[in-house]
Amino acid sequence: MTDITSLTLTELVKNIKVKKLSSSEITKAFVERSEKSKDLNTYITEEFSSAINKAKKFDEKPNFDLKLPGIPIAVKDLFCTNGVKTTAGSKILNNFIPTYESTVTQNIWDQGGILLGKLNCDEFAMGSSNETSFFGNVQNPIDKNLVPGGSSGGSSSSLAANLTPVTIGTDTGGSIRQPASFTGTVGLKPTYGSCSRYGIVAFASSLDQAGPMSKNVKDCSLLLEVISSYDPKDSTSIEFKRNNYSKELTNNIKGKKIGIPKEYRVEGMPNEIEELWKKGIEYIKECGAEVVDISLPHTNYALPTYYIVAPAEASSNLARYDGVKYGFRTKGKNLIDMYEKTRSDGFGNEVKRRIMIGTYVLSSGYYDAYYLKAQKVRRLIKKDFDESYGKVDAILTPSTPSSAFKIGEKTNDPISMYLNDIFTVPVNLAGLPAISIPAGFDNEGYPLGLQIIGKAFDEQTILNIAYSMEEKINFKNKITDWWIK
Amino acid sequence: MTIDLKTIKHISKLSRISLEDEKAKKLATDLSSIFEFIEKLNELDTKGIDPLTSIAETTLKFRKDEVKSQNIREKILKNSPSDNEDFFVVPKVVE
Repeated sequence: MTDITSLTLTELVKNIKVKKLSSSEITKAFVERSEKSKDLNTYITEEFSSAINKAKKFDEKPNFDLKLPGIPIAVKDLFCTNGVKTTAGSKILNNFIPTYESTVTQNIWDQGGILLGKLNCDEFAMGSSNETSFFGNVQNPIDKNLVPGGSSGGSSSSLAANLTPVTIGTDTGGSIRQPASFTGTVGLKPTYGSCSRYGIVAFASSLDQAGPMSKNVKDCSLLLEVISSYDPKDSTSIEFKRNNYSKELTNNIKGKKIGIPKEYRVEGMPNEIEELWKKGIEYIKECGAEVVDISLPHTNYALPTYYIVAPAEASSNLARYDGVKYGFRTKGKNLIDMYEKTRSDGFGNEVKRRIMIGTYVLSSGYYDAYYLKAQKVRRLIKKDFDESYGKVDAILTPSTPSSAFKIGEKTNDPISMYLNDIFTVPVNLAGLPAISIPAGFDNEGYPLGLQIIGKAFDEQTILNIAYSMEEKINFKNKITDWWIK
Repeated sequence: MTIDLKTIKHISKLSRISLEDEKAKKLATDLSSIFEFIEKLNELDTKGIDPLTSIAETTLKFRKDEVKSQNIREKILKNSPSDNEDFFVVPKVVE
């Protein structure tokens, strides 16, 4: 039979249920491949032996009614895991062991999932290339010295390299969809309030959402079904009817109206992205949906708005890291000196930069000019989407303005790094769901993604559109295992 | 907008992050270019527009005030870089 690690989640679940494969066999296969793949640097913490033990226990007393029966899953190291070190990719949390479990990961364990390990990410999820992690770069399995995207770079790389069957990431400005696009995988950012933020290390609370990352749309729908839940422990969690996304998945999208926003045709965008988008539009038509030209006039203002709102919230969220109750500490002459030295030594450059931006825009005399202004523009950006959704069911755009770039290529220019998120950021500002699916390759043979943006709480429609396009696109990732010696 | 060294020092104080001069200079350059980029928002007239403060338009729910975590004192103190019996330890604050 084919290599276990190349199977999809849906196939693995099926094999377990008909007893063709045991949880132990599956878990060992992923552990062995992960052991051979250390050069990718995707793991911050490995839970391999504990995973094998849990798999054994599952096999002794299996429960096949669960949605993830005995399936090993590695998760982004931004989710707090009870008793297992959680670092958020930062030196300041290098030795932090949570005493509680995030709701999203708990939902996975409740459905039979088994923790394989904690995956590398940009420090506090601030980055688009995984290069800001205290634990080093992550390699993209697509090619040597290529970034896997960020901030969920360890997640996208592990997934594309078959080190985990599915994974979860978090997305504040594109941190699930951009790495998915860079690695030829599927990533979905749910509607704000769909997945609980409880136990996720906070970056920008009004934008953060956890979401599934997978090899195909079917797996994505199944994992979303598991992790999305109403949670009283998160005051912004929303009670709404959650579908059985995987059961209700259909490739019939006849009559759906798909908007094409003209503002996403940005200056300097490579021709191959434009071509990919055109191809995507053709696929959508072939699937029986109708294409409608729309306008989202405030698109150009989304990135500047994001770089006020997100750092402002981050500066306030990250005030808790003071070297007192947990985390790293540098000794100081007095309390204030200790705080200042701890935060200076404990945070990396990008995190410091964002805390400083955030502190400035919230500081006395500047609040109205920056923060309040940004919140007003955020309203306009949301209104653009609201008005379009009177005319269309979903919106199709490219996921990113380029394919994956080389490690080190953009580290010295924060703005060029930020521009990576130009197509993903508006979605977070408006709180909408969006999925990125692999749709083609650039001239180098690197994957490119298309993004489908939905109405709030209508994940089913974007999953269905993605599912139907996936059939037409028939994308096959080109991975050579170059990192395995 | 240019952000000068004096402003950087002021923000660094507010952020409780100590900065060497070399790094402060680099940050001044970075932040200046970021703010130049951010100030694109000034092109927009936002008079009369309500700020969007929360994307989840829900009202907060009441819940019972119950103790849910128990016997975690030791585990919590273990995460502290410095502790003594049942206390977190910090440098002396009272002269």
